[in-house]
Amino acid sequence: LNSPKNTETQVLIVGGGATGTALARDLALRGVDCILVEKDDINSGASGRNHGLLHSGARYVAGDRQTAMECHAEGAILKRVAPQTIEDTGGYFVAVQGDDERYIADFPSLCARAGIAARAVDLAAARALEPALSERTIAVFELPDASIDPFRLSLETMAHARSLGARLMRRTRVLGFEREGRRIRAARVQCGGEQLRIAAAQIVNAAGAWARELALLAGAPIEMTYFKGTLLVTHTRLAERALTRLRPPADADILMPGGTVSIVGTTSTPVDALDDVEPTTAEADLIVAEAAHMLPALATIRYIRAFAGVRPLVGSAGAAGGRAISRGYELFDHEDQGLDNFATITGGKLTTCRLMAERAADLVCRRLGVTRPCVTATTPLPVDPQCGWTEPGRSPRAWMRSHTPDDTLLCECELVPGRAVDAIYDALRAAGDVPTLTDIGLRSRVGKGACQGAFCAPRTVAHLYNRGDFEAGRGLAEIVDFFSERWRGQRAVLWGEQLAQAELMEALHCGLFGEELHWEELRTEAPRNAGIGGATGDAPTNGGSP
Amino acid sequence: LIRVRQDSCDVAVIGAGMAGMAAALFAAQRGLTCIQVGNSGGLLFASGLLDLLGVHPVAEGRLWQSPFAALAALAREEPLHPLARVDALSIRSAFESFVAALGGAGLRYAPLGESNRTVLTSIGTIKTTYGVPKSMIAGADLLDARPPCLLLDFRGLREFSARQIAAALSERWPGLRQGQIEFPGCEALPELYSAHLARALESRQTRARTIALVKPLLGDARAVGFPAVLGLARSGEVHAAFEAGLGVPVFEIPTMPTSVPGLRLLRALEAVMSVRGVRRYHQAGVRALAFDADGGSATLDLERTPGARDGERVRARAVVLATGRFTGRGLSADRAGVRESILGLPVQQPDSRAAWHQRDFLDPSGHAINRAGLCVDDAWRPLKADGTPAWPRLHAVGSILAQQDWMRSKCGSGLAIATAWAAIDQVGRELRGKGAG
Repeated sequence: LNSPKNTETQVLIVGGGATGTALARDLALRGVDCILVEKDDINSGASGRNHGLLHSGARYVAGDRQTAMECHAEGAILKRVAPQTIEDTGGYFVAVQGDDERYIADFPSLCARAGIAARAVDLAAARALEPALSERTIAVFELPDASIDPFRLSLETMAHARSLGARLMRRTRVLGFEREGRRIRAARVQCGGEQLRIAAAQIVNAAGAWARELALLAGAPIEMTYFKGTLLVTHTRLAERALTRLRPPADADILMPGGTVSIVGTTSTPVDALDDVEPTTAEADLIVAEAAHMLPALATIRYIRAFAGVRPLVGSAGAAGGRAISRGYELFDHEDQGLDNFATITGGKLTTCRLMAERAADLVCRRLGVTRPCVTATTPLPVDPQCGWTEPGRSPRAWMRSHTPDDTLLCECELVPGRAVDAIYDALRAAGDVPTLTDIGLRSRVGKGACQGAFCAPRTVAHLYNRGDFEAGRGLAEIVDFFSERWRGQRAVLWGEQLAQAELMEALHCGLFGEELHWEELRTEAPRNAGIGGATGDAPTNGGSP
Repeated sequence: LIRVRQDSCDVAVIGAGMAGMAAALFAAQRGLTCIQVGNSGGLLFASGLLDLLGVHPVAEGRLWQSPFAALAALAREEPLHPLARVDALSIRSAFESFVAALGGAGLRYAPLGESNRTVLTSIGTIKTTYGVPKSMIAGADLLDARPPCLLLDFRGLREFSARQIAAALSERWPGLRQGQIEFPGCEALPELYSAHLARALESRQTRARTIALVKPLLGDARAVGFPAVLGLARSGEVHAAFEAGLGVPVFEIPTMPTSVPGLRLLRALEAVMSVRGVRRYHQAGVRALAFDADGGSATLDLERTPGARDGERVRARAVVLATGRFTGRGLSADRAGVRESILGLPVQQPDSRAAWHQRDFLDPSGHAINRAGLCVDDAWRPLKADGTPAWPRLHAVGSILAQQDWMRSKCGSGLAIATAWAAIDQVGRELRGKGAG
């Protein structure tokens, strides 16, 4: 038997979503050494599969004022410290004929009680500014909602943490813990082909939907409920603002701008398992039909993909559709379960990720005897040029402004230049990783446009071969892998123009290249994303980034 | 006021992809007057390779060396597949006629034989095909003998990496080397476009400079492969000059669409239509198609642009629908289902959209939506729901037909050419039977 390699740290963080990365940065800013292990990649779970809505909090004023107020405060903080990740669109809450009039009437005072300013907007003025709104609109309020790029946020947060000494281990899953009395001494992890032992004074479970499995591995079970949410991405941007249906939270009542597209959703369906979570045609039909009440154009607009994530909610099932379970976060110290150096931070919203990290870091620091306070509410998140390629619309601007004579355009839908791919690849390589096409997709707009990678994926692969980065038959394996992930988000929205696009993609990749004849051999190679505790994780698709 | 010009013919072919072009050619060859309606831009997505039948059955991914043996198996096992409904002799005649016509327009193909051929693709896979342009034939079946061979690309041609192809095949073919050269005169350009290179290589001077750059790299190579940019209108001459200049066989590998071989095919077929007297309304769409009450003739109202007021009216004694699938706009789909775009003909299709596509893009059995399409009788006439022909003189050919998956079977050109041949044969007999034409 090989003896596993050893490494050690003060704090081991499990999970590279919005919370885990924010925690790594928080601790690093307090001078605490930490390692973040992530079984897939940054934002592979719910952090990368959401609307990208920076909540004003107004959505929760009726049912969960605590969450509403936290969202409101945190939204304002993120706008100050991480403006590069936010498009401050503002938001409209919109009621249409048939919506609950009492809810509409109560809404302004509920907002006021939560300290949130809701301004009634004249209907004609609202429809002039947002022409896509239904003619049957009966009430509009303006709220300080905004659009946030969750990939840029987490990538830049992690980049900052690393610059302060935090370590990131992607594609590393926890196999088990070594426990001694009330303490966990170390975690055994699988990293690529080898096993490692990471000794840590404190361990934080920030595994999102996978937190239940990880807590179980630590011998400290927690109760969680999973709800699947599906969202659709339109081909063009339908509205300038974040638009939320003015009613108690229900299906398909948010339309978010995401750069050059809009994102509409969600659904909420209870699920038992975390694998096989993909959007279905029935969910797409439901979203289109329901959201068209607020925005009739959604019935006929072109959609380019769908994605689904799992909301990790703390608590037990039984609540109607999951909408009634609190969106609040939960910090477990597990001390009543006989553990003194393990904590779980889960639930919550993307908007409150910084606060969740602060609370978890406070607990960890208290246990470590570290007295430096949290500074993330006031420390600006440094802009990292290598993390900016996820931003829709950045590439065209950068391209027009400053492309160098020797640069080439690899993606023509989203105008991704060769140097973006070079920068992303080289940064990952410098960190000791073996970057894949899927990694590049997560960190850029490659594969995000109308062609969904049909043309830019082979071009990017050819580019990487020419740079000498890819060898042997790896390119085909990468293309096949990339498409199989992209496909999961396409199936549900293939009608009209996008069906023709998919047919063209198949004509090229099957008709000409014959990739399907290699599928069996390629997919049996490296089995990927075996999740924590044996659960199979939802694979990284960057679904949430339009 | 709506201005309408009227035109008349024996056969109106709707569609100008591979199937529409083949139908118009075969009609003209039979002495039928022919009008063709539709945009031919889809041909730009062709690779120049003419597949007949490479894979059967799709779910097994079984590759066939003999397309005719594959066709015989197809006829036994999938008798409703459109290709299974054309006899082998007709298929051979159709292919011979089609490549002869292309050759006459300056786009030469290697002699057609009994066997499928294997060629390299730009991502380093091996494609099984049948009709191979002369400019690509020296690369066919090379993987059997694996001679020392050199692949080249031009810096800046983004979608083609010789290094990628050589790397992908390195284990099976150690003698495959690769190199990259600057395209003469384009040293300062970051991006090169294949059509531009193809035109540039028609200049003797650029050609000579390119050959001079390749020569020092030749080594022991017994053949040299290039991205498919060796000339456009005069590709035969350019290819011959490269072989003479380098002293070894030279072959092209198709690039990603839209590619130069697609452009050559489009140009050659347009020239064929012109020579054969096919009147083309290539920018027009069909606003309305109606048959006379007795089913004898059809009236097509054309529009130059969607919604245009003025247009043309065509009277035709028979109509061939070669409008393709979703990309070609012959079929259109919304969330509820698939429709035939012009007449609303019944489309055989899965019961619900959930069954259209497999969970995996590359699922070996293929996607059910790709087998949706028009059902036809033995005379290639689309059927109504009750199983009778929609119209006595309406025929459908090519990829719009149901019961086939051309992308997985590697039979796209075969489907287009063979069904066009069979349908025009039928039209010829019908019209001759009626005493005119």
